[in-house]
Amino acid sequence: MTESVLKVEHLGIAFGGLKAVEDFHLEIGKSELVGLIGPNGAGKTTIFNLLTGVYQPTEGAIYLDGVPMVGKKPHQMVAAGIARTFQNIRLFKELTVLENVMVSFNHTMKYSILSGILRTKNYWKEEAAAQRRALDLLRVMHMEDYADQVAANLPYGQQRKLEIARALATGAKILLLDEPAAGMNPTETTQLMDAIQTIREKFQISVLLIEHDMSLVMSVCERIVVIDYGHIIATGTPFEIANNPKVIGAYLGTDDQ
Amino acid sequence: MKLYVNQKTAYRSYVINLIAVVLVFLLLKGLMSAGIINSYVAGVCMTVMINIILAASLTLTTGLLGQIALGHAGFMSVGAYSAALLVKHAKDSGVVLSTPDGITPAGYGYFLLSLLLAGVVAAFFGLIVGIPALRLKGDYLAIITLGFGEIIRVIIENVKFTGGAQGLSGIPRLASFDVVFWLTALIIAILFAFVRSRHGRAIKAIREDDIASEACGISNTYYKVMAFTMSAFFAGIAGAIYAQQMAVLGAKTFNFLKSIDILVIVVLGGLGSLTGSIVAATGLTILPEALRSFSEYRMVIYSLALIIVMIFKPSGLFGNYEFSLTHLLSKLRRPKSNTPAAGGESKQKEVTKA
Repeated sequence: MTESVLKVEHLGIAFGGLKAVEDFHLEIGKSELVGLIGPNGAGKTTIFNLLTGVYQPTEGAIYLDGVPMVGKKPHQMVAAGIARTFQNIRLFKELTVLENVMVSFNHTMKYSILSGILRTKNYWKEEAAAQRRALDLLRVMHMEDYADQVAANLPYGQQRKLEIARALATGAKILLLDEPAAGMNPTETTQLMDAIQTIREKFQISVLLIEHDMSLVMSVCERIVVIDYGHIIATGTPFEIANNPKVIGAYLGTDDQ
Repeated sequence: MKLYVNQKTAYRSYVINLIAVVLVFLLLKGLMSAGIINSYVAGVCMTVMINIILAASLTLTTGLLGQIALGHAGFMSVGAYSAALLVKHAKDSGVVLSTPDGITPAGYGYFLLSLLLAGVVAAFFGLIVGIPALRLKGDYLAIITLGFGEIIRVIIENVKFTGGAQGLSGIPRLASFDVVFWLTALIIAILFAFVRSRHGRAIKAIREDDIASEACGISNTYYKVMAFTMSAFFAGIAGAIYAQQMAVLGAKTFNFLKSIDILVIVVLGGLGSLTGSIVAATGLTILPEALRSFSEYRMVIYSLALIIVMIFKPSGLFGNYEFSLTHLLSKLRRPKSNTPAAGGESKQKEVTKA
């Protein structure tokens, strides 16, 4: 592993008396794919919300390329380079596929309201460039045919992919994917995983993946972190995790209970 | 595939739309000089244009940003009184704004200046109300804006310089049909261009999903306040035109019902469609006037028309659809493809359809 892109230390959050996440550690290297698994309610999505600034942690630190990130708002997190997708799809349903992707370029675009209204040279230059980049990105995801369709009309699998494309478009260094394969059939899942691998190689991006499909997690992740009740119970390669008695216990229950 | 941004086709559609607007203008002027449009009908035309500006500006907040605001009449009144006080002050200090022959150049100058002032003052109020209020959503924002509208009305009724409950009279009538027509066209053009810029796209993204928009790097607060302030700015301008058309102002005109009237126009036209708000503003202004001969039944017919539209087309007349003259023309040129049946009547003021 080269130097880490994302580094999380002692991260924790308490909702009143309930400690949803406690003492969470994580280091992700450049273009590494790490899986985050755990039983329902273990705190996986809470960790995502902490990493993206939706929740503010009550303790601990997050570093992106060595820069402290705690205290930033979600849109500032995105500008810094952390992008995410959602467990339940959150697309801009009435906007076209192309517009969905172009929204993510907004924070890198510079033309002012006035040049938007007067349609100055900057407007045309930046809009055309944004559109070209968005189409390139859709091509990578094999979605260019859908570009001028309204997002709500896409098939389910394509909607998932569009969410990833949109997150990628922010120019993120690390992508947090919250159950990207949920509700997909095996063929769609394979296609999705191929797409994620392509992205990693092409954009040199790191991925943190929450997923319930174990065969999938085991086959693509380089490293897996398992949490239960807000604590890390195991970290290691897929093989180590699959044979870890604590993990098996967390998922299936132990004899002495 | 069809490209979203294309400078060439955009310029072509500017020309097409400009020609269309000029034609409408010449038609109206022709009818006026021929005496077919009398001064009463011309007055209705002015009201139509004021309502178009009001509805189009509220479309920014309610249609594009997706927040229900019930205080639009408040911003309108702020603009109306600012403009009225400015031109009255000018008249009192001896500037010749109009002669029996017509409005002087100084009058036109003061008219435009008063519109700018009205817009800026209203936008300032929009900013003050918007920053705290836009932290809330849905019903809460509606209640806050409703409260703002009522507060403004009560303040105007109780301070001296606005004329109090008696109202303000003797405002110079500087709103001429020609200037107001081109202003309306310009404002609609500005709004269309704004909607199609990155800012408009960001605002639509917030409407669609405010959690996702934040996760795409959009500062929700910034863009919400931007939309709300712009909305207030144009409402203020509409108020200023209104003041200088009516020559008298009373705070009661800008009550809660006025805000509801504007909202009804926007909802009926279709949330998120500027075309819809233009058509609905025209229709809902003319309808009660056209029904005058039915005297007491006219409000019943008016309400029935609203109910019928809402039953058969709950998303409003146009939904999210925007009429494009350029598209219509290119479809007509290729006779094989079927042309849309609706939308023909709205040929008026979409200048910047790209």
